[in-house]
Amino acid sequence: MKIIVNGQSLDVTATLLDAALGELGYGDARVATALNGEFVPVPARASTNLGDGDRLEILAPMQGG
Amino acid sequence: MQVYGVDINSRLLLGTAQYPSPAILGDAIQASGTEIVTVSLRREAGGSQHGQAFWTLIRDMGVRVLPNTAGCHTVKEAVTTAQMAREVFDTNWIKLEVIGDNDTLCPNVFDLVEAARLLSEDGFDVFPYTTEDLIVAEHLLQAGCKVLMPWGAPIGTGLGLNNVYGLRTMRAHFADVPLIIDAGIGLPSHAAHAMELGFDAVLLNTAVAKAGDPVAMARAFAQAVEAGAMARSADPMEARDMASPSTPVLGKASLG
Repeated sequence: MKIIVNGQSLDVTATLLDAALGELGYGDARVATALNGEFVPVPARASTNLGDGDRLEILAPMQGG
Repeated sequence: MQVYGVDINSRLLLGTAQYPSPAILGDAIQASGTEIVTVSLRREAGGSQHGQAFWTLIRDMGVRVLPNTAGCHTVKEAVTTAQMAREVFDTNWIKLEVIGDNDTLCPNVFDLVEAARLLSEDGFDVFPYTTEDLIVAEHLLQAGCKVLMPWGAPIGTGLGLNNVYGLRTMRAHFADVPLIIDAGIGLPSHAAHAMELGFDAVLLNTAVAKAGDPVAMARAFAQAVEAGAMARSADPMEARDMASPSTPVLGKASLG
């Protein structure tokens, strides 16, 4: 299945968000996720299904003003 | 200053972006004496440790973090970003930016008020980046904000306080609301001026990060903010148009 991760089209086999994060190398990283523009909190990742063409944003702490 | 029930001693809030290195950022934070630093969220590739390394650096400094919604142009973007920041940084505090124009980075005050209302209802402590407009400020307070952050000048310009009259009016109009000048500060004298006008604190980033010596500049800002606050509490003299001799005229010798 192809999904758009941070603007890039990537292939994933996982169909649930938490599994996809592991597959994409995020593991235990301190990141927040949004699927198709909607925030997905950590506890909801295990029950959030991914579909072909979904847009996933994975954001990490960064410097800011 | 007390914001959202938290006592803050330092009158300086510092941004964490654009420093030459993480080590210089850490030294600048320390030199500034700040208790609050602003942070953000950005995309990160899988396997990258940049975000974690930054977070570890900030966490070890023992300062509070104020996550921002920088770069957001809509209510939806800002609210979603705030929700993500709350989870990552484990804080209800959010510096709310909803940008309306890319050249001036002027806030879209209409969407700002709406986003502030939604976030306040959702339990956030909102620090809105706004203009000096009194009506907008009133609406932000009605939306649930307990602090206001008017710009001094557009973000990153270093122009100082562009509208002193407007800011002075805002200070007088909202005497009991914590007011923080956010953005546009370029020099320690600008920060001192803000404090002399009675503002509770200043928030700046570029002026320190882009200085030739960010650590020395952070220290300079710390002193400027302190001096300005002390001057304010010392009740400055009134300015006047005509000269008035400070040395007594009485008793002056007649030598002509």
